[in-house]
Amino acid sequence: MGTLLLLGSNADVGQACAYRFAKEGYNILLAARTIDDYQKKLASDIAIRHNVKVENVRFDALQTAEHKAFYETLSIAPDVVVSVFGYLGNHEKGLADFEEAQLIIDSNFTGNVSILGIIANAMEAKKQGSIVCVSSVAGERGRKSNYLYGASKAALTAFLSGLRGRMFASNVHVATVIPGFIKTKMVADLPPTPKPITASAEQVAEAIWKAFSKKKDVVYVLPVWWLIMFIIKSIPEALFKKTNL
Amino acid sequence: MERIFNWGIYPTIDAECTTLNAVDKIAAYVRTTDAFIPRGNGRCYGDSALQPKIFSTLALNKFLSFDTVNGIIKTEAGVLLSEILEVIVPKGFFLPVTPGTKFITMGGAVASNIHGKNHHKDGAISQYIECFDLMVESGEILRCSRTENTEHFINTIGGMGLTGVVLTVTLHLKKIETSFIKQKAVKAKNIHAILDYFEQYQHYTYSVAWIDCLSKGDSLGRSILMLGEHATPSDLQAQQAKQPLQLHSAKQIDVPFMFPAFALNELSIKAFNFLYYNKQRQQEINNVVHYNPYFYPLDILTNWNRIYGKNGFTQYQFAIPFENGREGLIKILTKIADSGCGSFLAVLKTFGKGDAFSSPLSFPIEGYTLALDFKVSPKVFALLDELDKVVLDYGGRLYLTKDARMTSATFHQSYGTAFLHSTKFQSLQSNRLTI
Repeated sequence: MGTLLLLGSNADVGQACAYRFAKEGYNILLAARTIDDYQKKLASDIAIRHNVKVENVRFDALQTAEHKAFYETLSIAPDVVVSVFGYLGNHEKGLADFEEAQLIIDSNFTGNVSILGIIANAMEAKKQGSIVCVSSVAGERGRKSNYLYGASKAALTAFLSGLRGRMFASNVHVATVIPGFIKTKMVADLPPTPKPITASAEQVAEAIWKAFSKKKDVVYVLPVWWLIMFIIKSIPEALFKKTNL
Repeated sequence: MERIFNWGIYPTIDAECTTLNAVDKIAAYVRTTDAFIPRGNGRCYGDSALQPKIFSTLALNKFLSFDTVNGIIKTEAGVLLSEILEVIVPKGFFLPVTPGTKFITMGGAVASNIHGKNHHKDGAISQYIECFDLMVESGEILRCSRTENTEHFINTIGGMGLTGVVLTVTLHLKKIETSFIKQKAVKAKNIHAILDYFEQYQHYTYSVAWIDCLSKGDSLGRSILMLGEHATPSDLQAQQAKQPLQLHSAKQIDVPFMFPAFALNELSIKAFNFLYYNKQRQQEINNVVHYNPYFYPLDILTNWNRIYGKNGFTQYQFAIPFENGREGLIKILTKIADSGCGSFLAVLKTFGKGDAFSSPLSFPIEGYTLALDFKVSPKVFALLDELDKVVLDYGGRLYLTKDARMTSATFHQSYGTAFLHSTKFQSLQSNRLTI
């Protein structure tokens, strides 16, 4: 069976995704910034429940200089890479403090450009593999309430789109998964979002699995988000700038 | 705050329920919370796991290790037996002891020192617990086993959650060749016949009798004894042999709403009991069935507790010593039959010797144990008070995990010894019974 490299196993979506792939018999490399007690328990749990091999590996999206060594020292070259790491950040703080803005950009965008670039080159050489990366509806149009996060995700979406085009010739599949609202610990402190348009981590994991197994290009986790974003993108800028979105 | 109740839907309470999985956060909670009770999947029947402040172990849901050579599994306390079965059965192992539902947590199994249909031969779960991690009052974690922190080990097994929060449990499993049970069902025309059968068939690993508790006179205690052994591959029918270690199905039938209060009455229970007894035509049936219907016949109905209606029900389970036990059972069954307060589910089993490694609150004592479900009503409570007297007269006791109503005096008279524990851990039950 194949091996999944899961980048961001501290995230709820990442964990749900690891269980989803393990259920299909995939061995899992769980990559997180720190391998704490919980990450180790997560590894044993997935391994025992699904009778697969699971390994914890240390990965810091911000330490781009280490990414090449990280990938080259993996115990096995993964067949599938799912990247779910990201940082919502504090928009208000980011407006006053460039360090916060940079953290948002680097966590969501630069980190992915670095690691997925390395992985894409390796897969391109072997002419096989899959990369699934989670972006966001926030990247589809910059809104005044969170455009730092939005811009970083917009850049990521554009990067993935281009990468997909480049990899097509080498038989390497690149999928962009776009969740809307998700109920996770990343947004646990924010006011709850409307239920019908809020996905669970498991729903996002299912969408990731589908994107991978059916070789989709772009997947909206809840299809209603495609419609919502279509409408939001259709609003003329002259009007849009006056909205409070 | 949320409305919390256990399986009997009686009593109910508004409680502040905290769910954590990081050990440092749990320690902070334990240190800073005055009085709370740990709670697993809420499958105890009464108020054992109720308190205005509840710590839920359900996020402690990870498997930690599984030694498939020696059959030893280590999990966090909130893992359900149903999840453990999913992991161990395909590898040729089974739970050494299991109650009548698989939807309880490992932590709950420890706190109740659960027993099964094999207690007369194999004892309670205490016999198979290698060790566990217990977080005590100070937030410190103690590794407890027969050789380390022995006092905590003993007091926690059957200790009703009053000694601390069990974080992990390491359990010895039973080796099986198939996941099927070779079953023998024997009809007994009355209480004398069934108790004789229990003696005659005591060499069977599993034994349990369903009793029609509304029949009277010569038929008092008419019942069906269900005996079982783990089947070997040669016992299986062709269809079963294709998948000798088949798992239980995840399919469930939901009881979607509370039944109206009149749905269960003397007449409908009588009819059910009549049909159940007469469903089996032959005196004896021998067949091979999957473990799921054998051990967990009611699990297929999610929320079956709702059939008793919104006022809930209580399970009355007592144990009385073999000595004069027959006389005691007859007195109790007569009182129940005369009262007309029938019980859908009346289950008789036998207990073997008690064990050295369980708390003074642990239930099993050598003798008979009978469990009955009653819809909550003033009439039922009056009847149960009557039954308490008989149980005490015969040197018996009630199962705390099922109890919601006995008096403190009844408890102290039957369990005797004082149980010292930190006041940090207390339940409505421990308060009611002044444990």
